[in-house]
Amino acid sequence: MNYVSRKPAADQKARYKPGVLKYRQMGYWQPDYEPKDTDVLAVFRITPQDGVEPEEAAAAVAGESSTATWTVVWTDRLTNCEKYRAKAYRVDPVPNAPGEYFAFIAYELDLFEEGSIANLTASIIGNVFGFKPLKGLRLEDMRIPVAYLKTFQGPATGIVVERERLNSFGRPLLGATMKPKLGLSSRNYGRVVYEALKGGLDFTKDDENINSQPFMHWRDRYLYCMEGVNRAMAETGEVKGTYLNVTAATMEDMYERAEFAKELGSVIVMIDLVIGYTAIQSMAKWARRNDMILHLHRAGHSTYTRQKSHGVSFRVIAKWMRMAGVDHIHAGTVVGKLEGDPNVIRGIYDTCRETHVPQNLEHGIFFDQPWAGLKRLMPVASGGIHAGQMHQLLTYLGEDVVLQFGGGTIGHPDGIQAGATANRVALEVMVKARNEGRDIWNEGPEILDDAARWCAPLRAALDTWRDVTFNYASTDSLDFVATPTAAL
Amino acid sequence: MRLTQGQFSFLPDLTDEEITKQVQYALDQGWAVAVEFTDDPHPRNSYWSMWGQPMFDLRDAKGVMMEIDACRQAHPDLYVKVLAFDSSEGFETVRMSFIVNRPAEEPGFELVRSEGPGRRVGYTLRSYATGHPPSLRYGAGEGRGAA
Repeated sequence: MNYVSRKPAADQKARYKPGVLKYRQMGYWQPDYEPKDTDVLAVFRITPQDGVEPEEAAAAVAGESSTATWTVVWTDRLTNCEKYRAKAYRVDPVPNAPGEYFAFIAYELDLFEEGSIANLTASIIGNVFGFKPLKGLRLEDMRIPVAYLKTFQGPATGIVVERERLNSFGRPLLGATMKPKLGLSSRNYGRVVYEALKGGLDFTKDDENINSQPFMHWRDRYLYCMEGVNRAMAETGEVKGTYLNVTAATMEDMYERAEFAKELGSVIVMIDLVIGYTAIQSMAKWARRNDMILHLHRAGHSTYTRQKSHGVSFRVIAKWMRMAGVDHIHAGTVVGKLEGDPNVIRGIYDTCRETHVPQNLEHGIFFDQPWAGLKRLMPVASGGIHAGQMHQLLTYLGEDVVLQFGGGTIGHPDGIQAGATANRVALEVMVKARNEGRDIWNEGPEILDDAARWCAPLRAALDTWRDVTFNYASTDSLDFVATPTAAL
Repeated sequence: MRLTQGQFSFLPDLTDEEITKQVQYALDQGWAVAVEFTDDPHPRNSYWSMWGQPMFDLRDAKGVMMEIDACRQAHPDLYVKVLAFDSSEGFETVRMSFIVNRPAEEPGFELVRSEGPGRRVGYTLRSYATGHPPSLRYGAGEGRGAA
């Protein structure tokens, strides 16, 4: 047991005299505390208000995310309170960011309900982020102990089983989101699905806001999509799928939609992050019971993941989602139209895919994180990417990823099939070249041009998009000291 | 209909030199290379016939190529593919899979639709080839291979 030893009676009386104490006096700041293997650990980036000491701010965060309130309460003495108090055990200044500190906090395992992301998040982020003595607060990373991880299902399907079901190995998977985002009728929508899958993609995808609207009811979409999927399977001999979005207003509606998707033979369904953590866990359990791959679109995350000063880093969201049990998660492209610093993205992809993620401050990983046999989560790269970037995508993102080219398929000058074929050929030729030992980072453009000689769709894709880049400064880059620190 | 299963099916058929390089890549990763063949190209046919076991102890690309060639010579009119198995943590599965031989004619699949309640349609894929008994599926005259 590692708690602060019982103090003499006179100290206890003083401690619990009614009134206001600093959080660090109430036991929430313990610089000598050694985190246990069973503790949940968190690191926050805190920006205290002027005049608030960093240790007091860290203690306040620990207190307000565990047992404290703003004044002493006698009822604490009815509990084993020292056990339940979160312990802020370390504060480091953030390099090059005066006024910001990384605060490390340990939480006793018994604070949390087994297998519940809703409870974990209600505890850690449910209260403290509006706290006045802090100008800003960001949850940067968490270490989930194996003891807690094992109470979660984890991905319903996982990368290995997904590939085995699709019978596709040795290359990234390919997808495309239907465009335009909204407005197509079901029959026209299914046409796009068919063309893209026939041309060579593995998956097509409903967009996050395609649920069931006046222009297209969900049942009609599912029926026409499955016609497109099966036609394309017959003409290629490959297993294909389209992510049928089952997001709806209530859980009951979602189950109804998911059941219909299953009846129609879909291999995969999708949900949006905005349905909430409880619904996501329910759907993950459903997906496992029904042999369905579960795709998660991270709708809404960038309202709180993008600014370094306040919010929750996406690497934490990805961790929670792997625990909750989704099989696909949008995780960034680096070179596309949406936010994504390469090192941050690498940390996120490792969190999704690796069986054990060691501490790596260069990638934004603050803690060693074993994954205790929870299946591996397939990251999805989507947003403004095109065939001309294939060498960069393969280098940055690796092989176990779904590369989605929505505009980059549907916007092809020679049609959707040509767009899909261009992407598939670009991918296969790049994987082949990588395996042969070629330097694809530097020779990528040449490799693509060589293939474009015999593949007219690829030639046209490169001519249309080759020079498109999205070069903006990242709003979410890493702050760390490059000297080694003790593993946490 | 060109069957596009496998990781290189959209590229021109690989030459022996190119196949050897891919095999070398698999061996360099520590994977075991295997050869399989079939006359049933249905997308959900997970179990093609094994041409021997995965070659766990054969670490030489040329030796592997000899087995690949032997299978192709024994079954010139069937689909033959090369796979690589990875036994390491987090994987324990197939890591590469690509076709190295095809029948001269690939008739493809029939899509059978059966109407159900409401607007439901049940779909079945049927390979035209497997509509024939095994000895008559692929190839013409002599050398019609059976799996």
